[in-house]
Amino acid sequence: MSEFLQQMVNGISLGSIYALIALGYTMVYGIIKLINFAHGDVYMIGAYIGFAATTYAQLGFFPALIISMAACAVLGVFVERIAYKPLRNSSRIAVLITAIGVSLLMEYVMMFFVGAEVRSYPKLLSERVFEIGNVYIKAQQLYIIATAIILMIVLQFIVHKTKTGKAMRAVSIDKDAAQLMGIKVDRTISFTFAIGSAFAGAAGVLVGIYYNSIDPLMGIMPGLKAFVAAVFGGIGSIPGAMIGGLGIGIMETLVSGYWNSMYRDAAVFAFLIIILILKPAGLLGKNTREKV
Amino acid sequence: MLSIKNLNVHYGVIHALKDISLEVNEGEIVTLIGANGAGKTTTLRTISGLNKATSGEISLEGKDITNIAPPQRVKMGISQVPEGRRIFPEMSVLENLELGAFLRNDKAEIKKDIEKIYNRFPILGNRKRQTAGTLSGGEQQMLAMGRALMSRPRILLLDEPSMGLAPLLVREIFNIIKDINNTGTTILLVEQNASMALSIASRAYVIETGAIVISGTGEELAKSNEIQKAYLGGE
Repeated sequence: MSEFLQQMVNGISLGSIYALIALGYTMVYGIIKLINFAHGDVYMIGAYIGFAATTYAQLGFFPALIISMAACAVLGVFVERIAYKPLRNSSRIAVLITAIGVSLLMEYVMMFFVGAEVRSYPKLLSERVFEIGNVYIKAQQLYIIATAIILMIVLQFIVHKTKTGKAMRAVSIDKDAAQLMGIKVDRTISFTFAIGSAFAGAAGVLVGIYYNSIDPLMGIMPGLKAFVAAVFGGIGSIPGAMIGGLGIGIMETLVSGYWNSMYRDAAVFAFLIIILILKPAGLLGKNTREKV
Repeated sequence: MLSIKNLNVHYGVIHALKDISLEVNEGEIVTLIGANGAGKTTTLRTISGLNKATSGEISLEGKDITNIAPPQRVKMGISQVPEGRRIFPEMSVLENLELGAFLRNDKAEIKKDIEKIYNRFPILGNRKRQTAGTLSGGEQQMLAMGRALMSRPRILLLDEPSMGLAPLLVREIFNIIKDINNTGTTILLVEQNASMALSIASRAYVIETGAIVISGTGEELAKSNEIQKAYLGGE
C-alpha cells in the first residue's frame, strides 16, 4: 500500500508538469485547430532561460520562474506571428508541417548556441524530504504541485472571469461571430499563445529543478507525452488537459514502479492508440457538433 | 446613413456581387430580397467586414469604411445578426449577451441593457443561466438579436431572421424587428420570405445572381407583377 501511495505522489508531481504543458497544446488547438508540435521546445527554452537566470544572474526560484514564463510568452507570440499567422487561411496540414519545422529549428538553434551537452541546474529549492508513514514526499514535489495548482487556478480565472478569457472562448467557438462582437481575433490568438507558452516555460523550470538536468532535445518526449495527455483529456478542453496530464503522469510512474521503467514510454503511446480507438474525442472532448 | 456604391466582391474566380449600389437612410427598414445564392448574405458580410470588397465603396454616415476591420465597424455602430444565428452554443445566455457588449466599458449601462433585452424577450431572462445551445430555434434567434443590440448599434443588419422558424414565430420575430426600428435603430433586412419582409419595409431592393435588378418602396414591390411571380408565389 505504501508503495502504491509513493508512486501516486511521484505520479502526481510528474503529471502536474505534463498538465502544464498539455494546457498549451489544448488551448492552441482549441483556438486555431493546430497541434503545435513546437510547444515542447518552448518548454525546453523555458528550462534554459530558468537555468540562465539562476546560474548566471544568481536569481532564486520565483524570479527565475517569472522570467522564464514571461520570456516564453514573448517567444510563443513571436513564433505564432512569424510562422503560423501567415498560414491562417492555408490547409491545416501546411500549418502542421510548419510546426514540425519550427520545432526542429528551435532544437538545433538552441544546440548551436548552448551546445548539445547536458547541463545541471543549481539547487534552488530545499532538499528536504518529508516522511509520512512509509511515504516520502520531497519538498520539490510540493513546490511543483503547488505551482501547477496556482497556475491552473489563475488560468481558470482568466478564461472564465475576464473579458480576454471570454474573447478566447468566443474565438475558439466561432471566429466570424466573435468578430461581429468586436473581438480582435488575431490579438486573441496571440494572447492564447502567450499564456500556453508561459505555462510551458514554468514547466521547463520545474523539470530542470526536479530532474536537475537539461539539454536541447529535452522537449521532445515530454512534449509528445503532454500531447497524449491533451488527447486523453479531450483536445480543446482545459479541464481535460489537467486531468489528462495527471493521468499520464500517474500511469507512467505506476508502469515504472510495478513493471519496468523501460516500458513507461511505450505504455503511454500504447495508451494513446487505445484512446484513439475507444474514445477518439477523449474524456471531456466534445463530439463534433452538427451545424443546425 | 449607410451607402454602398458600385460594390464588387469576388470569391476566387466567382463574381459574387456585381456593381451593387444601395442606400439605407436613418430610421428606415430596408429589405434586400432574392433567391438562395443571389448574394444577400455576401452583401451583409461585406458591410460588416467579414468579406472583402474587390472594388466599390461602403460608407457609414459619410465615412468610408470599405477597408477597415470588422471590430472597428462594430464600434462605429454596425451590428449584424448573422445567417444561422451563430450564437455561442457552449456559453450561457447571459454570457452571449455580455459578449454582444464586448466593446463597451460602461458596466452599469450594460446591466441595464441586459434587463431591457430580458424585457423584450422574457424567455431569455428565464433562461439566462442555461447554455445557449439548448434553446429552441426561435429562442436562439431572439438571443442572436438581443446580442446584436447589446452593442447599441446605429444600424442593425439582419440575415434571414425567419429561417427555419414556424409561421407563428416568424410573425413574432417580424413584430420585434418593427419594434426595434421604432425605438430608433435603422435596419437592413435580408430575407427569402419576401412577403413578410416587404410588409414591414419602407424600401426594398431585389437581388438576382449578384446584381440589384429592381428597387422601390415596400408597397410598390409588393404589388409589382414581376415580384409577385418570382418571389411571392402569385400568378
